[in-house]
Amino acid sequence: MPSPTESMLREQYGTPEQQRDSVTVGMWIFLATEVMFFGGLFAAFAVYHMYFTRGFSEGSAEMNIVLGSINTAVLLTSSLTMALAIYHAAAGRLVRTYWLLLLTAFIGLVFLAIKFTEYYQHYQEHKAPGMWFESNSPYASAIELFFVFYFIMTGLHALHMTIGIALVVIFAIRTAAGWFSASYHTPLEALGLYWHFVDIVWIYLFAIFYIVGLHK
Amino acid sequence: MNSLRLLAESASTFATEWNWLFWMLVAVCGAVATGIAVLLIYWTIRYHRRRADELPEQIEGNIKIEAAWTVIPLILFLGMFGWGAKLYFEIERPPANARTVYVVAKQWMWKAQYATGQREINTLHVPVGEPVQLLMISQDVIHSFFVPAFRIKQDVLPRRYTAIWFQATKPGMYHLFCAEYCGTKHSGMIGWVYAMQPHEFQLWLEQGGAEGSLASTGEKIFHQFGCANCHHFDTQGRCPMLRDLYGRPVQLMNGQTILADETYIHEKILHPRAQLIQGFDPIMPSFDGQLTEEQLVALIAYIKALGPPPGTGQPSAPGTAPQIPEYEKGITGPRSTSISGSKPGAR
Amino acid sequence: MSEGPITRVRAAVAPSYLTTQRGIRSWLLTTDHKRIALLYTFSVTFFFLIGGIFALIMRLELLTPETDLVSPQTYNELFSMHGIMMVWFFLIPSIPNTLGNFLIPMMIGAKDLAFSKLNLASWYVFMLGGSIVLYAFFRGGVDTGWTFYTPFSTEYSTTYVIPAALGVFVSGFSSIMTGLNFIATIHRMRAPGLTWFRLLLFIWSQYATSVIFVLATPVLAVVLLMVAVERIFQVGIFTPALGGDPVLFQHLFWFYSHPAVYIMVLPAMGVISELVAAFSRKPVFGYLFVAFASISIAVISFLVWGHHMFVAGQSVYSAMYFSILSYLVAVPSAIKVFNWTATLYKGSVSWDTPMLYAIGFIGLFTIGGMTGLFLAALGIDVHVTDTYFVIAHFHYIMVGGTVMAYLGGMHYWWPKISGKMYPEGIAKLSALTVFLGFNLTFFPQFVLGYLGMPRRYAAYPPEFQYLHILSTAGATILGVGYVMPLIYFFWSWYYGPAAGPNPWRATGLEWQTTSPPPPDNFEITPVVTRKAYDYAGMKEELRLA
Repeated sequence: MPSPTESMLREQYGTPEQQRDSVTVGMWIFLATEVMFFGGLFAAFAVYHMYFTRGFSEGSAEMNIVLGSINTAVLLTSSLTMALAIYHAAAGRLVRTYWLLLLTAFIGLVFLAIKFTEYYQHYQEHKAPGMWFESNSPYASAIELFFVFYFIMTGLHALHMTIGIALVVIFAIRTAAGWFSASYHTPLEALGLYWHFVDIVWIYLFAIFYIVGLHK
Repeated sequence: MNSLRLLAESASTFATEWNWLFWMLVAVCGAVATGIAVLLIYWTIRYHRRRADELPEQIEGNIKIEAAWTVIPLILFLGMFGWGAKLYFEIERPPANARTVYVVAKQWMWKAQYATGQREINTLHVPVGEPVQLLMISQDVIHSFFVPAFRIKQDVLPRRYTAIWFQATKPGMYHLFCAEYCGTKHSGMIGWVYAMQPHEFQLWLEQGGAEGSLASTGEKIFHQFGCANCHHFDTQGRCPMLRDLYGRPVQLMNGQTILADETYIHEKILHPRAQLIQGFDPIMPSFDGQLTEEQLVALIAYIKALGPPPGTGQPSAPGTAPQIPEYEKGITGPRSTSISGSKPGAR
Repeated sequence: MSEGPITRVRAAVAPSYLTTQRGIRSWLLTTDHKRIALLYTFSVTFFFLIGGIFALIMRLELLTPETDLVSPQTYNELFSMHGIMMVWFFLIPSIPNTLGNFLIPMMIGAKDLAFSKLNLASWYVFMLGGSIVLYAFFRGGVDTGWTFYTPFSTEYSTTYVIPAALGVFVSGFSSIMTGLNFIATIHRMRAPGLTWFRLLLFIWSQYATSVIFVLATPVLAVVLLMVAVERIFQVGIFTPALGGDPVLFQHLFWFYSHPAVYIMVLPAMGVISELVAAFSRKPVFGYLFVAFASISIAVISFLVWGHHMFVAGQSVYSAMYFSILSYLVAVPSAIKVFNWTATLYKGSVSWDTPMLYAIGFIGLFTIGGMTGLFLAALGIDVHVTDTYFVIAHFHYIMVGGTVMAYLGGMHYWWPKISGKMYPEGIAKLSALTVFLGFNLTFFPQFVLGYLGMPRRYAAYPPEFQYLHILSTAGATILGVGYVMPLIYFFWSWYYGPAAGPNPWRATGLEWQTTSPPPPDNFEITPVVTRKAYDYAGMKEELRLA
């Protein structure tokens, strides 16, 4: 591991600004790819929601709105702690950054714990698609399709969260090791962008799975 | 080896129109391609580098020329689009008096059923000079019904009827191919279309169908599976009356209105809960797995026969026996099966 | 690695990227974009050979109307694996990851790409994807076609669909990483003075390609994921039995796969711009128009996917929309062809091998592109879709287009990459062999399709045989034409005469440094003051009269 000096300039770059800008551009492009990735799934979901409005509403009624709302609040809080971590890094208060990053990771883990609790609940209620699915509703196959999308999309989201949490922990360790400073914390900004993006995806997921079918 | 053929057989009304558009495209594109090739070769030779250190005139460009070769192709393309779209519209809009033949595709054969009761496998007999509409469905994967001599092709989908029509112009036997890869014997899913003079076709029609017309077969199935217990002939009980259903708009429970076409009826029999109807409880059982696609086609033919002759617009009088026509006419107005939207059963 | 005496001395003076470090580790752990380009070159060549062998077996089988060489099931697996290998493991990565990787930093005066480690990672991801796909192939094959249409792929196929889909899924990430890297690089790593409109047209087309890489590939990933989930868990996303819509699969699949074909052709167009300029010794006619044409192609390419589905069961109005947009996307391609041709006018045209490939490209791409006009015409398409007409159309563009541009670019930049010249005489012969072999293989297929021969058929009616015989004959000649460069490039690496820094006397920053280049590309970062293709302005340096 390279020694944590104040200049983390990689050799292909002429100046630190160039490196900073490149990393930022790179992260935005990556987020664009993520939009297209989730976008394909949102599009397919939208089509089936149009075909099976009633069935999807019944599926949505099976969701645990309480846990879902708590999770939304949890993630929004984690975005706050992440934003604060970067704010303090920009001001040179790296100790606070360190603790805020760890807090962010912890809150992320809380989100995942609640999510897996929900998954287990669905499994127990025989709503996990495939061989575990059972339903007496006239709309059974539409409900199963709803849950297929639910598990794929929130599952992918959870995967992104897991990767994000791991990165946050790694970056917290690097903060403690002195890799970043007020003048150089671009990787943290990039990580922040990623984290906020994953949060925004959750908000859309919350809307389509929990809220859209809320009215009875 | 059969005779060397460079011109495709043309045996339908489309084929003639299609040929005009095709050869026009060949002429235009051929001219352009030749022009480019000539210029490339000519200029490569004419401006061949003579000295290793030669520096030619440095030309940046010319806005007028750019505009010309942008706008002119665009206009040509719009013309090509227009003609192609016109032809496509014709292919996709069967005339009202088209004779309907039902086709069921499965791995790896084609099964055809006529209103008068004939069935055939991997062959299709059609009259010359009369429009024929094929209503097609697949039992398994996506297939595609392709008759090169007629210039028609249409994918055949599971759980949804698709349609194509044509009018043969020349008697003969023409290749039928499956044109959508469908598994191991895809290249074996072939057959023949026999176009016959009208009187010969009539003779052929009269020969087959020992069991009776398609609609009467459907009627037997209708009783055999107990449909008549709920769907009474003249009165509307717990179940919607089926007389006059075909071709009419139906109000769904979610507020949408859809057309009761072949796909709708197919869906209702196999997956009655998929689109619940306004005003009726969801009590119809599903017949998924109990009926073959051929039986469903017969049922649909029967239900179609319960209505008035198409075009009259008047409901049939209560108490009259179902009209089972000698051959079926297509439905008036916009085409019956949904090419619009890929939603099963929707319009 | 042995070199001639002159290059050995030069290496002792200043190492090139080839000699600076030795040993397999220095190659497998390199972050030098030039070495990574060579790693990719080996990989794509390997995959091309595998895909090519599949094609050859197919063409041998098609010599006779019956299935006598291989069984129908094997034939179905052959065309599927040929498609998967060629599309994702040759055509898509070929020019971007070999020539693009090597040249982009050099052409913009940078030391490397923006993310050099990401670049190496992309190669490993690519190789992982390729390995998984090869595992699927040799374990038992896949028979869904490269298009994976449902419900056949999700419910009926009994072959290794999931590993094949997984391998493609993984390789998609390599594409995304590459596109991301290129966009960030072109935005942020240009040398001082290198404004956008001073960039070489190769860079413009790589940029346009990269936009498609990053925006389209994720949708492929998602649709393959859904296919895998459906197959593993037996749920019905695209299966009618559970209310799924098989046509939705087609929409999602083609939403990626249509832009993907522009991923395959845009870089080729970029190469042709460079070749035509260099071998006419003047700027490409209408630089701005060609640059903007690249961008328009990338944008419009996202709006035309439904033209693969004119008989699939979509609405007539959707079909009309897609038809008209498909005509629209043909306009910028036509503009490019006209501009390249016009570049020859009053030029100083040399007949070196790269130029032969470029001229061949322009002719063959024109034919391929114009047959696209046929396919875009709704009424015409009803007859010719799903026939050999389509196969001929896309092979004219992919093989007559992209592969020829790839070979032309390889010949052109070979001196820069290897420091050696390839043998010109035999190279011209192999270019001619490729051109003739190609046309003999694929032109008869237009006729076959027009006559009604469907695609993906192992057996066919006997009246089509003579055309298949012509096609197979062409394929063998084409194969020979492809093997020749493999041999003489390899030979020239060791025994070829040393090429100087700029054997073609071309403009472009890559020619301002040694052949092969030093590890950091340039001794000092260049400052750019000229426009692109400034032959007149550079006539002193290039020693032109």
